[in-house]
Amino acid sequence: MSRPLATRVLFDEPGPRGRFRIRVLSVLIGVVVIAVLAWSYLSLTASGELEWRKWKPFVQQWAVWFMLDGLRGTLLVTVVAAVASFPLGTLLAVGRAGGQRPVRWLCTAYIEIFRSVPTLLLVYVFLFALPGLGLNLSIFGKLVVPIIMINAAVIAEIVRAGIGALDTGQREAGSAIGLTRGQTMRLVVLPQAIRLVVPTLVTQLVAIVKDSTLGYVVSYPELMKQANTLANNTKLLLQSFVVVSLVYVVINFALTRLAVALESRIGRAAPGAGPAALGEEIGEQVERPVARAVR
Amino acid sequence: MVEVLRDNLGALWGGVVTTLEITAMAFVGAVVVGVLVAVFRVSPIPPLRALGAVYVELFRNVPLLSLLILTAYGLPYLGVDLSLFTTAVVCLLLVSASFTCEAVRAGINGVPVGQAEAARAIGMTFTQSLAGVILPQALRTMVQPLVNIFIGVVLGSSMAAAVAVPELTYTAQQIGNETAESMLMFVISAIVYIVIALLGGATGSVLERRLAVRR
Repeated sequence: MSRPLATRVLFDEPGPRGRFRIRVLSVLIGVVVIAVLAWSYLSLTASGELEWRKWKPFVQQWAVWFMLDGLRGTLLVTVVAAVASFPLGTLLAVGRAGGQRPVRWLCTAYIEIFRSVPTLLLVYVFLFALPGLGLNLSIFGKLVVPIIMINAAVIAEIVRAGIGALDTGQREAGSAIGLTRGQTMRLVVLPQAIRLVVPTLVTQLVAIVKDSTLGYVVSYPELMKQANTLANNTKLLLQSFVVVSLVYVVINFALTRLAVALESRIGRAAPGAGPAALGEEIGEQVERPVARAVR
Repeated sequence: MVEVLRDNLGALWGGVVTTLEITAMAFVGAVVVGVLVAVFRVSPIPPLRALGAVYVELFRNVPLLSLLILTAYGLPYLGVDLSLFTTAVVCLLLVSASFTCEAVRAGINGVPVGQAEAARAIGMTFTQSLAGVILPQALRTMVQPLVNIFIGVVLGSSMAAAVAVPELTYTAQQIGNETAESMLMFVISAIVYIVIALLGGATGSVLERRLAVRR
């Protein structure tokens, strides 16, 4: 079922003149890119930021250990937040999709509120407002709990999209063999629905990694905070933040690739998926993972 | 509580306005840049395609906060001096544009192949078929993804608080700090964010119905 992409028929195989034109344009673009890079290089050299002594710490043991400490913090926050928000999100999704009316309202309200509130605002609530009202979590808690509360709402919508994408025949078959609604949900619908949205859930991990940078705000020693400490102590501001940004790009790039790989596997083998659920379309049915990933 | 609210409503409103300004500029910019990068990514010129791919992978994977701080500290070294407000808008724009680009690409791929074939068959060039046939149809199917990106921009604009741009989140925190009514301020700002998100969603639904292509 290979669907030729529209992008492939947008232009013909170029002829001699087309090839010439493409070559000229390629060279021009190359010149522009090189000019921009050269300008950055010259400005950075002029301010002395590219000197080796300013980058050397990042291959020295003490700085590497310091950053690895931060990496451990980032991974800990990500894993704890992901592990906690997944079951919570699934519960919310089930509550919204098939619960009794008050349960459904509560779940819907929770989801709609918490996926429209910035994570930073919720972190501020735990940081500045709740201690005055008697709830003073540890620094780790002030970072992780808001991330969990928000991602549970986002994951709920992802799982709900998976439930919606499943062919209704699956549910009907469940009730036909005498399973209760709860049993059908637990044994038939959820396992398949979650399998369908695994790639989107992996993409959500990227969003959680990005959320964990708020450790910078609450002073929890994850990558961003460690980079800041390093920057302040060594006066290597630019270098520290370049290095840490690259580390984030590498981590998230790997996760994105993983999601793409899973996507193509699951697109091939989705037993109970309705006709609309195949391939990348599932990602489009999920309403708002993209919005969360922006941060 | 009522006095606190009365005395600070003006300041809080200023925060709302700043948030809306950041959001509007970053979103419009993101759509323009995103469409441009998407055109790069489907163009017949290999270096442009590579440039587009590098752009997307870089900016959709870097955390906004990390980019924000890097730009705020880094640009002066390049001899570029931007205000923190502008820095926040630019960073949010660049990050959101990478997501817009991917949404546009999905939209382009969602247009039936026959449309592109027909455009090519009557002799339209790459630019003509893209601008005259493919993109107008692709953009219509993209209303929902674009609404999601808009809401992402709204929520992302709160990150500007981390570099002390006085938008809604920052203002709420400041007022809360001065008046010891933190919770009240945060609840009000949360409601404002939710209302903006809901309005964005509602606008999207109306647009989607208006623009739907009947095939």
